[in-house]
Amino acid sequence: MSSDQDHLQQTDTEERFDFKKDSKAAYAAEKGLTEETIHAISDDKDEPDWMRERRLRALEQFQAMPMPTDWPGQPDLSELDIDEIVPYVRPDIETRGGVDDWTDLPDEIKDTFDKLGIPEAEKNALSGVGAQYESEVVYQNMQERWEEKGVVFCNMDEAVQEHEELVKEHFMTNCVPPSDNKFAALHGAIWSGGSFVYVPEDVTVEMPVQAYFRMNSEGMGQFEHTLIIAEENSEVHYIEGCSAPKYSAFNLHSGGVEVFVGEDAHVQYSTVQNWSKNTYNLNTKRALVEQEGRMEWISGSMGSKATMLYPSTVLKGRGASDNHITIAFAGEGQDIDTGAKVYHNAPNTKSTIESKSISKDGGRTNYRGLVHIADGAENSSTAVECDALMFDNESTSDTMPYMEINESKVDVAHEATVGKIGDEDIFYLQTRGLDDDDAKQMIVSGFIEPITEELPIEYAVELNRLVELEMEGSLG
Amino acid sequence: MATLEINNLHAEVAENGERILRGVDLEVESGEIHALMGPNGSGKSTTAKVIAGHPAYDVTEGEILLHLDDEDLADIDEELEEEHYHWDLLDLEPNERAALGIFLAFQYPAEIEGVTMTNFLRQALNAKHEEREELFEDEEEAEADDEDEGYESSPMEGPQDEGEIGVAEFQQILSEKMELLDMDESFAQRYLNAGFSGGEKKQNEVLQAAILEPSIAVLDEIDSGLDIDRLSDVAQGIERLSDEQGTGVLQITHYQRILDYVEPDRVHVMLDGEVVMDGDAELAEELEEEGYDWVREQVYETA
Repeated sequence: MSSDQDHLQQTDTEERFDFKKDSKAAYAAEKGLTEETIHAISDDKDEPDWMRERRLRALEQFQAMPMPTDWPGQPDLSELDIDEIVPYVRPDIETRGGVDDWTDLPDEIKDTFDKLGIPEAEKNALSGVGAQYESEVVYQNMQERWEEKGVVFCNMDEAVQEHEELVKEHFMTNCVPPSDNKFAALHGAIWSGGSFVYVPEDVTVEMPVQAYFRMNSEGMGQFEHTLIIAEENSEVHYIEGCSAPKYSAFNLHSGGVEVFVGEDAHVQYSTVQNWSKNTYNLNTKRALVEQEGRMEWISGSMGSKATMLYPSTVLKGRGASDNHITIAFAGEGQDIDTGAKVYHNAPNTKSTIESKSISKDGGRTNYRGLVHIADGAENSSTAVECDALMFDNESTSDTMPYMEINESKVDVAHEATVGKIGDEDIFYLQTRGLDDDDAKQMIVSGFIEPITEELPIEYAVELNRLVELEMEGSLG
Repeated sequence: MATLEINNLHAEVAENGERILRGVDLEVESGEIHALMGPNGSGKSTTAKVIAGHPAYDVTEGEILLHLDDEDLADIDEELEEEHYHWDLLDLEPNERAALGIFLAFQYPAEIEGVTMTNFLRQALNAKHEEREELFEDEEEAEADDEDEGYESSPMEGPQDEGEIGVAEFQQILSEKMELLDMDESFAQRYLNAGFSGGEKKQNEVLQAAILEPSIAVLDEIDSGLDIDRLSDVAQGIERLSDEQGTGVLQITHYQRILDYVEPDRVHVMLDGEVVMDGDAELAEELEEEGYDWVREQVYETA
């Protein structure tokens, strides 16, 4: 055992990071992604055989698939060295020193927390210090209030043990199979952590279920899996991630989200995420929606070097509906390629996609969308609206909406606007007393208002703050 | 008593150097109502924008001065130096001019989605007060203030530092002003000018002037596109600015129409980038009958 591992285990014990202890050791694997790595992960998590087999099969698929390189306008992934991934997964002692002590965090991270106006306790939680304790509290509260109704909300690793049948049935089977894409396969092989939400029939969870601290406490949760199962006529709003910068030594985030929306059920999945600027953010998120079910995706994507993320919804049952609201912000050196996919596979299905992007200082945003209406999905309708706001002539924004319409009795609308922040608009606000920066901020916060109004107030506020900080160029 | 003094103002379009203003002279005092008239393309709107500091124009000659007195500066706590009473607006940013009491009502105001009237107006009012303090405080204090204090409140709610106007207090101010202008309550929660009718936009400009209480308000064709009822509302609002707040009004207009409602103390006529004729309210009536060609002939003959 290396000295790194010794240190890790010691730290773990001190911090009472119980369930993470094993997985951390497991992740201190040899360089390169091999079957041994998978066995080590599975051993350490004490997983049932079926999960081990799924991981191994996903690994095979990952190895067989080529890197995506030839999408039109695709972000450049050439610097992403997959063989280096596993060592990156292992926490780096020097930079993960923050586990012990807030003061060991890099200045830029502390600075950002300060600017966000986050109190010390919360900073500690967000940076991974003592977060595990905090997150247990979060889970506890949820359980007390909802467990008698049969609602489950727990860590995904725990769910494999405690709710094995449910997980076995739904985990990367028919929603996001590893064969979906190379990064879904990678995710299937080395996933760790994440959230499991189960809402039984006829239960409405009135308060949003939030995995706020836990995402951060994971630290290594760069391959976290979220599985949400909403049974018939149930309702839940799940909020993931945090709006504080995700401090990470890793350079690849490849999460997976699977949502099962039962008949007449309603699921809202909201996330505000801000990744460190060296991160490749390559995720697969999908929802399957049964008859008259309703899925809503609300997401704010900030940070990262390159993001490829297209939450997708399959409208399986008659009358199912889907609503996407996304916002992307790209600054210098960033390429944010994001959008939405909707498959209308049944009659009377309905979708709306509202995408907003902001680019500045040479950043690039791209809306990449796919709306597929199957033959026979009559009386379905879709409306896509993409708005791009650019700060300067160096920044770029593209819109690539694909529409595959195989049914004639449908209603399809697409609208795209691309604009530079208007000089006249800024001047108008300046004549009312706002300075140049405040005027721009006001225009941008108005621009993203459709997102912020959908989020609980604390997330909305932090999203606004993050955007402001991005605009000042003060985020590391 | 504030005075806006414009001397020999020359300006061109920054982008292509096209000369628009060729020596404008004007003087407006608070409490007075001036009408600036002239045919299309004579430079009226450009004059308004240059006064407010629009970046699309370069001033090549002349000056725009603002003279303030103790009454205008009653809200300032500092010991004031002589220079604080006299400002050259051309040295200042648009928001600094606003803080000193210059207001421009736009012919076509910007539409800002997602920003409610309430939120916008409260932020504007607070920004104006803050900027005002900065303009009048001495340099040492200014430096101390420059240190970043971080966020103390939600930017969505706007700043709520000491001395600033909070949400509840502002609501009160806003409702009162809106009632005076006979505006519907729902206005407050609508997005700034977004989807407003032409008349609503004009009314909104007057509302903003009523809230920001400028020393000098330049109203750029605030009468265009208004029906009679709305014109009368807007005109009442302008008179109130002048009578009750002592605002000096420079009313830019193409037609006599609004001057039937708001009688000007002085009327100025612009032609080809210059003020070529001055007079009292009767001049406006003459223009209505004789048209601008008459002015051109008069000026041409004297020249």
